Amino acid sequence: MEYVSLTIGFLVILAGLWAIMTKKNIIRIIIGFVLFDTGIHIVMVALAYVKGKAAPILDSTVSIDDAVNSIVDPIPQALVLTAIVIGLGVTALMLAYAVKLHKEKGNLDIKSFKELKW
Amino acid sequence: MRNSFILILIVAFGIMLYGLFDAFSGNEQLSELAKYYAQKENIEKVQAANLVTAVVVTYRGLDTLGEVTILFLTAAIIGFFLHNKEEKRFLRENSEIFITAAKLLIPIIILLGVYIFINGHLTPGGGFQGGAVIASAVILMILAFPEREFNSKFFTYLESASGTIFVLLAALGAIIGSGFLDNAIVPMGTFGKLVSAGVIPIIYSFVGLKVGSELSNILGNFKAVQSDN
Repeated sequence: MEYVSLTIGFLVILAGLWAIMTKKNIIRIIIGFVLFDTGIHIVMVALAYVKGKAAPILDSTVSIDDAVNSIVDPIPQALVLTAIVIGLGVTALMLAYAVKLHKEKGNLDIKSFKELKW
Repeated sequence: MRNSFILILIVAFGIMLYGLFDAFSGNEQLSELAKYYAQKENIEKVQAANLVTAVVVTYRGLDTLGEVTILFLTAAIIGFFLHNKEEKRFLRENSEIFITAAKLLIPIIILLGVYIFINGHLTPGGGFQGGAVIASAVILMILAFPEREFNSKFFTYLESASGTIFVLLAALGAIIGSGFLDNAIVPMGTFGKLVSAGVIPIIYSFVGLKVGSELSNILGNFKAVQSDN
């Protein structure tokens, strides 16, 4: 099971990398960054998986006495929660820059922004 | 030429990731730190049924404080960056079905967001998720009633008040409890019920309000720079 999500995560990372490097439209480049981000989150959650264990939420099926032997690792999940929020903030900032760039040049083609090219 | 370079780079990255994939063999048991968090006496000390929430708000609550600070910074930078006088726009009128559905759905979506962050210590969910749901209600409001003015002042005050209360509650743990973000400064309640886990549901509710109002402010800023051309 963890191999499936690990594979999907790596494929999503590669798709994001491909989008970042080949796309010309700034919005699509931002979508590439978001894909890269999401892939890393999937990989981190997959790494936290413990074989045959349940989600780290205690209720009638996962008892408090035997929690150590019946849950998956909660720490990477908490880290991913943090990472998702930071990723949201970064995406919002990138979109704000995209709005500003569109006001400047009237289009979103990355080829029309040559000032920082070397 | 350029395309082949990109192809080589992606293939090299894929080979690197395949190495990670190949070396991974799955976990048979928890790591030492997770074992500490999942011990019976530590669970009873924190009393949160959702262990992820226990890690996010209590054990690593300082990270969460940094996280909401980063979100606040993002909202502030976007507000500074996209500050613009709202232009007069000519909009097609929304359809009757959309407006009626929005009026019906907006209160329900906000209620769902509040439910998610109040139950953050019991079920999957919490302040960040609930705040995002509330912000989705706000974006529906912006789409359905674009001619109404967006009251960013209200959200700014709500956000500052929630952030201040979060820090004060955390500091109160250091004054009358055993440390910063100690959750035993209010009665603990019964495990698995809504009133449990001490100060965690209170802090998470304010985190939810803060995240919701920050995201709404970002959306309002994006709305303000829209123009017709």
